[in-house]
This record gives sequence, structure tokens and C-alpha cells, in this order.
Amino acid sequence: MVTDKDVSYVADLAHLELTEHERARLLKDLNSVLGYIDRLNELDTTNVEPMAQVASRLDEGGATSGTEGFAYAMRADEPRPSLPHDEALRNAPASDGVFFKVPKVIER
Amino acid sequence: MNIDLLTVDSARTAVLEKQTTATALVDAFYNKIDAEDGAIGAYLTLCKERAYQLAARVDALADKGDALPPLAGVPIAVKDVFATKDVRTTAGSKILANFIAPYDATVVTRLEDAGAIILGKTNCDEFAMGSSNENSGFHPVHNPRDRSRVPGGSSGGSAAVIAAGTAVASIGSDTGGSIRQPAAFCGVVGLKPTYGRVSRYGLIAFASSLDHVGPFGKSVKDTALMLQQMAGREPLDSTSADVPVPNYLDQIGQPVRGLRIGVPEEYFGEGLDPEVRSAVEAGIQELAKAGCEIVPISLPYSKYAIPTYYVVATAEASSNLARYDGVRYGVRAREGKTLAEMYRRTRDAGFGAEVKRRIMLGTYVLSAGYYDAYYLKAQRVRRLLASDFDRAFTKVDAIVTPTTPTPAFKLGEKMDDPLAMYLADIFTVTANLAGIPGMSIPCGKSREGLPIGMQILGKHFDEPMVLRVGHAVEHAMAG
Repeated sequence: MVTDKDVSYVADLAHLELTEHERARLLKDLNSVLGYIDRLNELDTTNVEPMAQVASRLDEGGATSGTEGFAYAMRADEPRPSLPHDEALRNAPASDGVFFKVPKVIER
Repeated sequence: MNIDLLTVDSARTAVLEKQTTATALVDAFYNKIDAEDGAIGAYLTLCKERAYQLAARVDALADKGDALPPLAGVPIAVKDVFATKDVRTTAGSKILANFIAPYDATVVTRLEDAGAIILGKTNCDEFAMGSSNENSGFHPVHNPRDRSRVPGGSSGGSAAVIAAGTAVASIGSDTGGSIRQPAAFCGVVGLKPTYGRVSRYGLIAFASSLDHVGPFGKSVKDTALMLQQMAGREPLDSTSADVPVPNYLDQIGQPVRGLRIGVPEEYFGEGLDPEVRSAVEAGIQELAKAGCEIVPISLPYSKYAIPTYYVVATAEASSNLARYDGVRYGVRAREGKTLAEMYRRTRDAGFGAEVKRRIMLGTYVLSAGYYDAYYLKAQRVRRLLASDFDRAFTKVDAIVTPTTPTPAFKLGEKMDDPLAMYLADIFTVTANLAGIPGMSIPCGKSREGLPIGMQILGKHFDEPMVLRVGHAVEHAMAG
């Protein structure tokens, strides 16, 4: 059962502030969805390996050319052009032309 | 020229045979968009300058009598989750309302290299999270078949432009059904290829292990022609598979006699609208008449698909969306005094309710003490769900199901109940979890005239089989 305290803790981890109204709504929704998710516990998965990626399974079946997992994903480690500096800064909400600017991090 | 009837093939042929020019086609589509899209809301941004430049390039080739590329002059639309250089790219979110992408997604480059002309960027649920397009940070999309209803989601705009005739073809992304479900609701064809078949480079990430890129079209053949240009290994996406790309037209029109078609009992149970059931059963009858062997099968873990999906997808989303913090791009909230306060206020103001809900759920299932119980547990069940399909495909060549439990619902109908909304994807999430290809094709209508979709699933990289079966049903239902 998710509590008010859990909602505050998770909001903090997720860098969300949330209004009182949003917190109340999320408390209700998280409990409803997690209650539904709990049906996964009907299954005994003791001997089942977690599956994080589809590609790792494709290798098992030899469906890709890699002989080891993700072998095909490797490419030569060679320098290539990257985004020019001014392009990378173009969308910045605040910048001094060289760096991104943010509110002061260290208080004296 | 009646542009409503144009297909991928006929648009290119019209330009090739000088019945029209690419520029005239672009003009005609923008006129139609100006006149009709206001009531639908499918487009978020039009990229006219870029479209006319590309059209001029195609027309110059045609004038010289040079060979035209395979999609020359075909007007298409691109879901606003794909980066388009120098064009606003929002992912349907206010937090990216001012974002101008500095590069093109791989599929965008490939389609333009093939001569396709991008008319604009289509509306979608924010960060592709939703099943109705009502979570767009800008405005909802109305279903062109019945404007009081949703077009489905999250690629609602990309499905609606095909139904409305405001683009010939389009692309979308599908993390739990976001191509197939809106295709079913709008009565068009939508194809989600195998995981790794199409590069995700330049696709704004929602849940990376579940995100797929695919085409929409008026016909099975149109989606095959689009996929042909989109598919293939590309090193900028490390999960892009090194598997040869077949000719996707080869199997289209081949007889289906003797194919074994699996019909999973779990997809025809409680909660399935009777009209959807009878429409899909009629489609299956057509396959039987064409000589397919109809094989009842079981996918016993199906009922765990939605809970598995909402753990895996939200966990990955909470991680992927951590980047939206108001530092490098996007809209920053002004009043933050400290860095942490700036982050929080930016995210509070920029994200909509559903995105916050999923970030919270995903953060919760990854947090200390719950990681094993929820996240690892769901990954284990994901393997069981994938093994359901492995077993089934030893017995059958393709699997046929309804795409959705009901036809398109009314705008506003499910907005207050997230769980009810999540269940709209109950038949589509399994293919994302397993990474297998799936397509939705129109399969009759309800008494009210609402489109119904049939889903065809195939083995990894067996898009040719999916297209072959899809075409057979399409052909039989039309005749």
C-alpha cells in the first residue's frame, strides 16, 4: 500500500514538486495500478531469467549475425564528427555562449 | 486529380508519368490540410519550406527524365516524436514546445533520401504515453471517421492523417500498441516491425526496450513500400539488427493456401466487444476459405501482459525522461532559485498528468526495496510472455487476433480512469514485450460505422508473412 510519505519520497527522487491535488490523485492512482500489477505474484518465476532486452534473445536463436550477445552492436571505435558547439547550445534556455547556465549550485 | 485516392504507388507514378508534379501534389495536400485539419487536429507543425524544397528536387529529376527514387513525390507525415532538423520537434509535450531538433532521425533521412516529402509533424500523446491522443500537451485529435471519438494513441495524428486523406502515408512509434491501436480506430493499416528492424536513432525515447518505429498507410502494400525504405542495420542504434532486408513486396499477393493461422483463445474472452468478435471471426473465415488451416492455440501468460508492461515501460520511461530538466533544451520554469528547485518547477510545469503518473510509477518500481519485487519480477514474466510466442510459432505461421477490445471510444470517456485506458492496449502490448512484428488492418465496421481492426502477428523478422496474410484478408474483405 502506497502512503502519502511514499508519494513524497518518490516525487523527490523523480524531481517533481506536485500540488496537493496532484499528490492526492497520484496516491489513488498508484495504489490502483500497483494493485493490478500485484497479480504478477500469482506466478512462480524462481527459475526464470529476467528479460531486459529483445536482442539478447534473438542471439540465442541465431536470428542475428552475432555469435555472442550483442556482437553485432560493436562498431569501430573511431572519432566521428559530433554536434557543433553552437548547435548544441542553440536550444539552451540559458547560456553564456560557451556553457549552459543554471541557478547557483554552491552557496557561500 | 482526386488526392483522396492516392496511394504510395500511384502518387509516385503520377509524378513519373507527368500527370502532375511533386510541387502540385504538395500544394494540393496543404490546401486540404488548411481546409480540413482544423476540425481534426492531426498536425502540430507543418514544414512547408522543407516540403517545397524536396518537391522541387523531385520535379527537377522528373523534368530531366532521370530515374526517380522509390518514394518520389509521396507526401507523408511524421509523428512528432521523430527529430527533424531545423523543424520544431515536441513529442507532444509542453516541455519541448520550443525545441528545434539539431539533426534528423534515421527514418526521416531514409524516407527523404527515397524521395518522400514530409508535409508536417503529427500530434500524439505526450512522449507517446496514451491510448487516445488526449494526453497531447497541445490539443486532442478527433477521429476522422467520427469526430466525437478518439483516434486512438499514441500515434493518433499519424493514423488520422491517413483516414482524413491529409497525407498518403505516415510514420509512428509503437511502445505498447501506439501504431496498431490507432490504425484500428481510424480504419487504416499500421505496421509495427520486429524490434531492431528499423533504427530508433532520433526517436525521442519512451521505453527503449519496447519502442518500435513503423509505417501507416491506406493499404498493406503501402506500408510494405514504406518499410522497405525504413528497414535495415544502422550503427547509430546499437539494437538495430544486422539481418538482411528482404523485398517486402515479394510475398504480397502470394496464395495463402496451406498456411497455418493460430487463433489464441485468450484474445477472444471476456471484455471483447461482440461486434469486434464477429468482425474478426469473419476475417478468419475468409482466411479459411482461402485455404488456410485455422489452428486454435493458447498463449497462457497473456493476462499478465498489461501488468508486466506497466512496470517495464514506466521504469524505462522514468529513466529516459530524467533528461528533461530545463538545462540543455526545452522550456525552463523561471522562478527556481536553486538548481533542484529549477528542476522540479520545470518538470512540474512541463509535464502533463499522465507523464507524471508514469514517471512516479516507474520511479517507485525502481526504488530501493521494490526493484526485485516489481522490476525484476516483471522482467521474468516478460520472458514467459515471449516464450508463449516461441511455442506458438512452432505450430503456426502467423497469429490472428482483434487489435483492440472495442472500437474507438468517445473523447473524455476514459480520462478519469487510468487503468481502463491501459486496458485499451491489452491485445497489442504482448508483441512489444516479445519484440515480434504485428500489423493492424481494417476488418469490417460496427453497426455504428466505426472501423474494427484485425491484428496479425508473426515470428521475429517474418514481416513478409505478416504482410502476405494481411494482404489476403484485405483482398478478401474488399471483394
